[in-house]
Amino acid sequence: MKAFLSILLRDIKLATSSFGDMLTLVLFFIMIGVIVPIAIGPDKDLLALIAPGVIWIAAFLSSLLALDKMFRQDFDDGSLLAMRHASISFEAIVFAKLIAHWLTSILPLIIATPMLALMLNMNAQILTYTIISLLVGTPALISFGAVGAAITVSLRRGGLIAPVLILPLTLPILIFGVSAIKLGTGAGTQSAALLILGAISLVTVAFTPFASALALKLTQE
Amino acid sequence: MPNKETYSSQQINVSKLSLIRSERLILSDVNFNIKSGNAIFLRGDNGVGKTSLLMAIAGYLHIGAGEIAWELDNDNEEENSLIDNLHFIAHQNAIKPTLSLKDNLMFWCNLYGGEQMAGVSGTGAERPTATSIKDALKIVGLSHAIDFEAGLLSAGQKKRLSLARLLVANRALWLLDEPTSSLDREGDKLVANLIDNHLERGGIAIIATHLDLNIKNAKTLILKKANQYGEIA
Repeated sequence: MKAFLSILLRDIKLATSSFGDMLTLVLFFIMIGVIVPIAIGPDKDLLALIAPGVIWIAAFLSSLLALDKMFRQDFDDGSLLAMRHASISFEAIVFAKLIAHWLTSILPLIIATPMLALMLNMNAQILTYTIISLLVGTPALISFGAVGAAITVSLRRGGLIAPVLILPLTLPILIFGVSAIKLGTGAGTQSAALLILGAISLVTVAFTPFASALALKLTQE
Repeated sequence: MPNKETYSSQQINVSKLSLIRSERLILSDVNFNIKSGNAIFLRGDNGVGKTSLLMAIAGYLHIGAGEIAWELDNDNEEENSLIDNLHFIAHQNAIKPTLSLKDNLMFWCNLYGGEQMAGVSGTGAERPTATSIKDALKIVGLSHAIDFEAGLLSAGQKKRLSLARLLVANRALWLLDEPTSSLDREGDKLVANLIDNHLERGGIAIIATHLDLNIKNAKTLILKKANQYGEIA
């Protein structure tokens, strides 16, 4: 447990020490929310209608942007290799890194969501649903991302390939993520979408450490 | 210097080992045996497969043929895996430039199980206790810089910091890949001292190096290109 926590704390510390990276990510997220209303025009009803989709797209793109950070530096400086003979399993280490990545790359986006809501003319109720939907769905998003990042960590331009690789896998997350926000699609649809989203998240988070660890081990051969 | 508690008696047997990386045969028919308290120097031309052999012993590489066996002489109770009982110091230093020396070392201490995780199986009392972070940095000659950011260190100092990892958690097997690279002469002596101490406590060290480190109980294994025999000199 001590080893698990030490990974978690170290990754959080490293992420906060490069605060600029974190801020860039949040600004990118907000930027999408700024661009869309300008591009679409000042149609408030239309904006409110597409807002859930726009927020998920923003979260999706921002999370792809941060993907490469998950393993790249530790791979390059030999830390990942030195972690192979830790007192906890490599899978547990990858899991700890996954949690740290969610806390430092995704959580700031979710915290910044109200700013997007303002741009997109969302009401308080929709905003609440949006935040719940993001909280439930983003673990699945970065889980698939982690597998992609692990597979491409040895490639120099892996940062660009990983998103393309995982894109098809993440489509269900987008579909159910957006349906979990939209109102008026029929009784029960929304909560059903949220439940499926939760199921996807739980399953992917459970399997990802094993898949990513295996990919990283193979890369180091 | 660190304490004198010992690891339990153990040995590593490598027999008829062949390694294949990227569909190329790197090493074939490597044989050696090493017991507690002994060291082996791996020598050979650049690119002959010294690092690959170390990585294979650490369990990072898929073994083409042959066997790497690790035996504890008096252990029937616990299943032990080699990977939890080794230190591997590679070319790369695994140092985070934005963290202080102390934080860098503390992290590895926690990750490697620090004092709780010993190099050997057995009850707590039998396990050698590890050196504290402060003492470890003192031994490698970096005690003045304990709160500096590691990014400020020179290449040699970074190497010293990565060597300090060996001290904060006790593990019986040391795999050292060019431990003296970018070190000054004092540094070479330091490495020899660390290894000597480790061997005295019943540890095992396998070292890939081109230097003549002055170490008692050390054999030399000369690696040759695949299809030729590795010999113990």
